[in-house]
Amino acid sequence: MSKVAYDAVIVGCGIVGAACAMEFARRGMRVAAVDREMVGGGATAAGMGHIVAMDDSDAQFTLTRYSQQLWQQLRPELPDDVEYEQCGTVWVAADEEEMNEVRRKHDYYRSRGVPTEVLESRRLKELEPNLRDGFVGGLLVPEDGVLYPPCAARFLIERAQECGAKIKTGVCVTKIEQGHVRLSDGGEIAGGIMVNAAGITAPELTAGIEVKKRKGHLVITDRYPGFLRHQLVELGYLKSAHSVSSDSVAFNVQPRRTGQILIGSSRQYGAESDAVDNVILTRMLQRAQEYMPAIGALSAIRVWTGFRAATPDKLPLIGPVPGDRTRFLAAGHEGLGITTSLGTARILADHIHGRAPEIPIEPYLPSRAAKEFAHA
Amino acid sequence: MPSQVTVMVNGSPVAVPAGATVAAALGSAGQPSRTSVTGEPRGPLCGMGICFECRVTINGTPHRRACQTFCEAGIDVRTEE
Amino acid sequence: MAAAARAAECGARVGIVDDNPTLGGQIWRGESGEAQEKQEAAVWRKAVLAAGVSTFCGTRVFHQSRPGVLIAEHDDDLHVLGYRTLILATGARERFLPFPGWTLPNVMGAGGLQAMVKSGLPIRGKRVVVAGTGPLLLAVAAYLRQHGAEIPILCEQAPLSSLFRFLVTLLRQPKKVGQALLLKKSVGGVRFATSSWPLTAQGKRMLESVTISRHGKSETIACDYLACGFHLVPNLELPLLLGCQIHGGYVQVDDLQQTTITGIYCAGEPTSIGGVESSLVEGQIAGLAAGGRREEAQKLFPAREKARRFAVTLDRTFRLRHELRNLASPETLVCRCEDVAYARLQKQASWRTAKLQTRCGMGPCQGRICGPVTQFLFKWNPDSVRPPIFPARVVHLAAALAGQSDTQTASTLGGS
Repeated sequence: MSKVAYDAVIVGCGIVGAACAMEFARRGMRVAAVDREMVGGGATAAGMGHIVAMDDSDAQFTLTRYSQQLWQQLRPELPDDVEYEQCGTVWVAADEEEMNEVRRKHDYYRSRGVPTEVLESRRLKELEPNLRDGFVGGLLVPEDGVLYPPCAARFLIERAQECGAKIKTGVCVTKIEQGHVRLSDGGEIAGGIMVNAAGITAPELTAGIEVKKRKGHLVITDRYPGFLRHQLVELGYLKSAHSVSSDSVAFNVQPRRTGQILIGSSRQYGAESDAVDNVILTRMLQRAQEYMPAIGALSAIRVWTGFRAATPDKLPLIGPVPGDRTRFLAAGHEGLGITTSLGTARILADHIHGRAPEIPIEPYLPSRAAKEFAHA
Repeated sequence: MPSQVTVMVNGSPVAVPAGATVAAALGSAGQPSRTSVTGEPRGPLCGMGICFECRVTINGTPHRRACQTFCEAGIDVRTEE
Repeated sequence: MAAAARAAECGARVGIVDDNPTLGGQIWRGESGEAQEKQEAAVWRKAVLAAGVSTFCGTRVFHQSRPGVLIAEHDDDLHVLGYRTLILATGARERFLPFPGWTLPNVMGAGGLQAMVKSGLPIRGKRVVVAGTGPLLLAVAAYLRQHGAEIPILCEQAPLSSLFRFLVTLLRQPKKVGQALLLKKSVGGVRFATSSWPLTAQGKRMLESVTISRHGKSETIACDYLACGFHLVPNLELPLLLGCQIHGGYVQVDDLQQTTITGIYCAGEPTSIGGVESSLVEGQIAGLAAGGRREEAQKLFPAREKARRFAVTLDRTFRLRHELRNLASPETLVCRCEDVAYARLQKQASWRTAKLQTRCGMGPCQGRICGPVTQFLFKWNPDSVRPPIFPARVVHLAAALAGQSDTQTASTLGGS
């Protein structure tokens, strides 16, 4: 039971909720953030932790690039266990068609100020010797990075707390109503504004939003320092992420600072169970071996699954619930939650304070959807 | 059947009874099996293949459990990565 | 081995899969260069071979492809094991508790050091302090002494009163009295301290001395090895992966040792820590039941009942004292795979938050060493189990569907 009315109540302490808590608190708002389990325990804990400029659409590019730069600015303050590494991404082209895509991306990024380098076949092999022979080339994006998300979320929450934010974990928010949120323990937290940053459970708290669970699998190996230098992604990744309905896998591996190799990725709609799916797992690992045969010999020590929060147009929902002035959304970030968390928090905070955000918020506004939102 | 087997541990020969494990060879040579992530020397703990403290590189393959691997003549055992 | 032999004698086609390089598990680990092994072990080994059981040693099950098909790894090879009936005899492992210096080379489990000596580690003339809890300590001390080690002291954390009561129950069983006398012969002369436990281990690059506590006083003893284990914890990973119900920390089984999953039996330490007798009886019951000979299995019920009572006594006698929770200092490592110190874990609310924030439990041991530690120190409950239940090569994990299409099964375990 809270007698204090907060300026902002954030539902969800994943990376997005944590970023919002930090951003709002440092602007002087009295913030309360609630999570049903722990800080950074949902999709935040399950994902790859990459920070990438992604160009599936202009709006996606703008948000990811903006947010990526915010991470770069924050970098000197990040504690060691956040493990921020600017290892860069190499997009791998398997054939001439994909190489054309490399050139297109190169032009796209370059014209927008993102440093990139087109790699021809030999240079690609030099950079990543464990890739099989025969790739046509690739694209190096040196400013992309990775970090360790559970500790990053914790850091952001700690920052929020340093500015006076109150955090409550182990309690579920059952309803977001006008002026307060209801808790599973019978209590309430009153707030001027409420932010639904509850990821895959966001639709339970805000009616009518289209956020669906998109299951992913990941495998992590034992330590093999030097095996992999950059994050590697196949150009088919975008096809996989783009697809609206089918189960797909796409080659995506990442070196962690520990020297362990993180192997992904998979996407499935409509998979409710968090159990490891053998069909998808084998497809994903076979794909990985097609790109890096030597990965087959590495010792895999863990496999896990997670659920991304996906929207129909691949863009997150950032902004007011349509027709509402006090309830907001910051959810539906699919595989780009880590990347876009800081940017999401910034533009949402700007919008709430009536300031022009540094990038337009319009593409991400929940009201962009044709459907009407019912008032909860 | 020879009663002794000689293996190479970090470039030096170590003789052990036939049927001995690589972990026994490391132990008799007074060699730790690995260095931990914060730089501590480590040796086998459980003796039964579950603690992974005895991981060594054998003939170029890393992360082999020394306590579950029999010594064979001439194998190359390295404890540093 | 008991289960396999009996099942095979019923006419079933039987296979044994074991991670260890030879049959026998921990208690009967093959002795390198030893001419005679324990008579009982030899008897069962012969029975297994005579019954035509297929053996897959050095082979670890790491996943289930689908119900009825296990996949296992043997170095570079993948084994696909289809079965009609499965008997889980995954045994137990030692419980370790952290104290300053416990990560020094030559600090090992009690069973751990014994296993190492059986595998060829020279021990003659070496000084070994034996510590921890459980009857294993005596057996280990006896074994080491027989092989020429010097044992300056054996430190049992249980109080003398518990041990005395234990001794009294032992005396009711003639077989155990015989064992006890034999042990006494082997360890006669070894200083035996009760209410005693290690405080710290010291040494520069490896162990040089151990400081122990004994009735409130500390004593430092120079030594070459510390053999220290705190009784046993059951290996539940495979039962959990397969969906067997666990009750009170052990696999739930019915009278015939069948788990809550039809066709999957479980015998030995995973059903309760009872030692050799218990394991042999339960193994035989499971083997006979799996082989369809229920009446013969039932004949062994009284023997099992006796063995189970012994297990309860063991549990009670060697219960861990609360003082053992205070051995670790803030810098003492709890997770050895990821070097996570006690102080960092004290800040965490649960096993899951600890895992995510510190990586405790995310190393190759998959929480087998640090899991029981955190259960004892913080009362944390571990996560659910996910495949692979043992590290396996990516190429083998990629074959997780093997056995779905073709029927290239290496062996059938049980079945009638």
